[in-house]
Parts: sequence; structure tokens; C-alpha cells
Amino acid sequence: MNAPTYNFAYLDEQTKRMIRRAILKAIAIPGYQVPFASREMPMPYGWGTGGVQVTAAILGPTDVLKVIDQGSDDTTNAISIRKFFAKTAGVATTTATADATVIQTRHRIPEAPLRAGQVLVYQVPIPEPLRFLEPRETETRRMHALAEYGLMHVKLYEDIARFGHIATAYAYPVKVNARYVMDPSPTPKFDNPKMDNCPALQLFGAGREKRIYAIPPYTSVVSLDFADHPFTRYRFDAPCALCGAGDSYLDEIVTDDSGSRMFVCSDTDYCEGRQAEGHRGTESAAPHKERPHG
Amino acid sequence: MYVAVKGGERAIENAHRLLAHTRRGDRDVPELTLAQISEQLGLSVDRVMGEGSLYDRELAALAIKQARGDLIEAIFLVRAFRATLPRFGATEPVETGAMQVQRRVSSTFKDIPGGQILGPTFDYTHRLLDPNLAQGFEPEAPATAEASDTPTPRVTDILGRDGLIESSPRAAADTIVGDLTREPLDFPAARDLRLQNLARADEGFLLALGYSTQRGYGRNHPFAGEIRFGEVEVEFFAEEVGFAVPLGSLELTECQMVNQFKGSATEAPCFTRGYGLAFGQSERKTMSMALVDRSLRARELGEDVTAPAQDEEFVMSHSDNVQATGFVEHLKLPHYVDFQSELGLLRKLRKEFAEADAPPSLKEAAE
Repeated sequence: MNAPTYNFAYLDEQTKRMIRRAILKAIAIPGYQVPFASREMPMPYGWGTGGVQVTAAILGPTDVLKVIDQGSDDTTNAISIRKFFAKTAGVATTTATADATVIQTRHRIPEAPLRAGQVLVYQVPIPEPLRFLEPRETETRRMHALAEYGLMHVKLYEDIARFGHIATAYAYPVKVNARYVMDPSPTPKFDNPKMDNCPALQLFGAGREKRIYAIPPYTSVVSLDFADHPFTRYRFDAPCALCGAGDSYLDEIVTDDSGSRMFVCSDTDYCEGRQAEGHRGTESAAPHKERPHG
Repeated sequence: MYVAVKGGERAIENAHRLLAHTRRGDRDVPELTLAQISEQLGLSVDRVMGEGSLYDRELAALAIKQARGDLIEAIFLVRAFRATLPRFGATEPVETGAMQVQRRVSSTFKDIPGGQILGPTFDYTHRLLDPNLAQGFEPEAPATAEASDTPTPRVTDILGRDGLIESSPRAAADTIVGDLTREPLDFPAARDLRLQNLARADEGFLLALGYSTQRGYGRNHPFAGEIRFGEVEVEFFAEEVGFAVPLGSLELTECQMVNQFKGSATEAPCFTRGYGLAFGQSERKTMSMALVDRSLRARELGEDVTAPAQDEEFVMSHSDNVQATGFVEHLKLPHYVDFQSELGLLRKLRKEFAEADAPPSLKEAAE
């Protein structure tokens, strides 16, 4: 039995070339889902295999990689993926949004504005925004081809008729470059406006569903809404208990069994950065950080 | 007070260390060897090779050991390794008619040329727990006889000679066999890709779907034309030498179902086929596969598509247990950001509901 040896960033060069071709096509047709021959990765489907393949295909030796899950660098799966690339590609890793050239994310867009030259790689579970309205791929591909998005608007309208609001809190559908309706991956709708006209390149990888799509820099991304029911962001109305930020997305943390809660930034790098600058919240004395990791 | 909810690198490392310890179990009990797994849990190895799509007993045994006997986890390990292997090409089609059969049964004829051969089978055993096995014992040596050189042609070929069954389509010599691990799947899928998908599909999923066709959800009136298990030669056409060279041999199970077909305006009534093939001795898998293959041919044969087992997109999109287990189990990953977003929406809706529902007097009181 030969001990397996792996290429830089795990994937072989042929596979990377295939993925890069899909990425280029995706960039050329913003918001369009490009089928690609997704490989079986050494982590389970649904745990970021699409994002990992995209990252592996674009990573170079001089890149600096940041991996977040739920906005945090310290969540277990983010650690696992960061370690995977530190081991297979030997690239530098960081938790600082500003220092990273490639940021792989699950469920959040960093609070700090991204800049030109950075790439944000999203892990996508279900790339098809129409999937829960029409389960058949053969049908949804046709609907995209014909830009037949009436069904989605009917769904949003029905939400308003029933609940008084569009009852989609995350994975809120957007229209990219005034053409394709796209699933932004399950980010909270709070993050949707950050995708619009973003200087960074945004790539989306869905491994199990074998799709890659992209938003090139400075592309229009509009959250679907109605003139009389405009899109609104949701954020719990409180400052971060640690850094006092009033503009960041907050995690709700249950602190005891009698219902006490506190609200802190979900973006840990943002929160730590603010605290380092001297910003304080009501609970900021409490140590909240694990020891720094490698 | 802040409760630490973030996982740590050390926590992961310790969890994996504990996993390795738990995998080993009681250290006073001798450790399993790969040879023991391969020899004594052979059907597990066969399943892992089949659904892992890699014919390597030793690696499959290693995967089973590493996975603590969890076969889907073992299949996943084999698949992830397989994905890194270079691809040289496709072998020549194997000739299952020339199989060195160890077992071969047909339910459609009392006797067949070459004979019915029971071979090593659970069939007709009484399922009584055997206390002898608990203690460990030497079984009797198997009965032997002179090897027969009578050919064992496939039963479907015998039917085919009289035109009673549709002929298997023959691919042109230069046709490239599809490979869904190298090209993304597109619907409708050709039969080669469907069969590849079914060969890699979860045995339990196919079993349930095949069973559903028997119970009337897309019934296709099957007979087990033949099930055969044995060894076949594998050949590879080598460009450099200009002919096919033998690479070795494989153990395979093949099942051909014979199904009714009413015929059409242009075709005389004849039997149709459902096909199942898997590595090793995998009878349940190949029989289920053959049932599902036949029911997926509904559209091709002009039958109504009414049942899940006839729905190509449904079957092929959900048959892969590595994909399925990954996505189901990913629910273990943190989802608290989205949950928070839903919580916010739910609180808002409930507040509005309470306000709208409260009787006017209460409403006033609240205001």
C-alpha cells in the first residue's frame, strides 16, 4: 500500500484547471450556475466541499487565507478547513479580514468592507434559489434560461399576504447584474447589501450539487422586493456587549438557564479589532477569546 | 457573563484522539487485522468496494477498520481516496458470459445449460443464531467435485436467441463511456450514467425503491432471469502494443431481471431487461439495482411515469449515500447566524400576531 501524496492545495492540476474554467465562465455570466465535475473531497458533502474546491483552485503560494463559519474564525469547521489548507498548501493563514487575500466563508460576509483584489469564497448548500418552489433541476434551468421568475415573486407576495412581511430571513434571493436570480447562500439577509457593487470578487461553490457561480467586482446585486414592501435588513436592536458596535450582526448568547441573554458581534475579527481600538461594551471585561491558534 | 461557544483547535484534536482510542476498544482484546476483515467480513468489504467504486480489498478493509465498521463512512473514505487517483482510461467490457461462476441461479427455468449452482449462499439457511460460532470453531472442509468445462451462457442470451427478449444495445467500438465522477450529471441521463449511478448507489436506498416497484409503485413484473457471481478477466486496450492486455480478474455479481413488455405498434411483444452489476458477492444490491434500472426505463419504453422509482431525477439525485449522509449530517454544523435571523423574524411576527389578536380593551390597556 502506497502512502498517498497530494498536490499543492490537495487537488491535482487537471482538476484545478477544470474548476478554473468553470470559475471563468461563472465570472463571465454573473449569477449563472455553472455545472462542474465536483470531486469527492476528504470532508463530507454539505460541509464546505464546494468552497474548498474553489479555494483550492484559486489559491497560490503567496495567498493569505482566512476561513470563517458563522462569522467566526474559531468555529470548529472553520478551524478544520483552515488547517486543511495550512497542511496541503502551506499558505499563510490569518483571522484579520484586511490581511486576507482569499476568505472562505459559511453563512456570513465579514463586517469590514472588502477591497479590490480580495476573493470571497462562499460555501453553498443549495445553489438553486428556485429549488424549494420547483424541485426539478430540468425545470429550474429552463426557468433561468427564460428569466421566468414570476414564481419567486408570487412566493414573496404570498409571504406578505400571509405574514405581512417577506418571511425569508436568510438565503434571501437577489438579482445579479439585472439578469439571474441567485441564492446568496444561507447568509442572513443583513449581509445582502454588502454583495452589491462589492470591490472584491465573490465566488460561490456548491460541491454536492456540482455548481459554481460568481459575482464579479462592482456588479449590481439587488435583493428582490416590492415598491410598497422594500427590502429591509434585520439586526437585533442593541450594541455589541463586548465592543459596543451598533452596526454589526449580532449573535444571541444564552448565558444561564433563567433566560438571560447577551448579544455580541458574530464577526469575531471585527469585534476584536474594535476592542483593540479601545471600544467597549457592557460586558467587555469578560475574556471571550480562546488562545490564538496557528 | 460570556459563555464560550466557539470550538477550539485543541478540542478537535482531543476529539480525534479519543476517537482513535474508542476505535481500538478494550486493549486486552487483540486488534483486528485487515486480513481478518477481508477474509471474515467479506461481504462488508464487497459493499464498500462497490459503493466506494474502487476494487481494492485491502483498502476497503482498512476503511472498514478506520470507520469502526460504519460502512457508509468506509465508503466515504474509499471515495475520497479514489478521487485523487489518475485515470488511465476504460477497460474493455467484461464478458460475464465467460465468468468462472461460483454461484448461478435462474428463477425462470428449472434447469439451464451449465446447471444451477447454489454456491456460498445464505439462501435456505435457517436463521438460527449459531452458538458454535460464538466460541469459534473449524468448519468442515467444503465438498468438492471435478470442475466442469460445460459453458454457462447467460440465461438472457438463451432467451435472446429466439427473440423473446429485447437485445442488449451494443455500443459502437469508439463510444466513450460516461463517467459521472468526471462530468457533472445532466438530465435526462443516458443509461450508462444511470447504471453507473445505480452501481454506486446506496444498497438500502435501492432495496427500498426496488421493493416499492414490487408493491405497485411503478410495477414492472420482474423475474430473476439470472443471478451469477464469480470471477471475470479484465482487459485494457493498450495503444502502445495495439491489443487488449489482461490486467487481472474481478469478482462480480450480475443480475438480469426479465420483465414483461406489452409491445407497441412497431414492436412485437417481448421481454425487457433490468440490469444490475456490482463488485464481489452483492446479490441484494444487484437485484435491487436491476429492478430500479428497469423502472427508470419507463419513459424509453413508453410507460407512464407515476412512481418515485421511475423518476430519474428523483432516484439519481438521492441515491448516493456519501452525498446524502454529508448533507443530512451537516445539520450538526453551527447554524446560529441563520437561526438568529429566523428568531428575529419569528419574534416580530408573534408580536404582530399578539397585537392584532388582543381584544380591544386589552389593546387599550397595553397602550
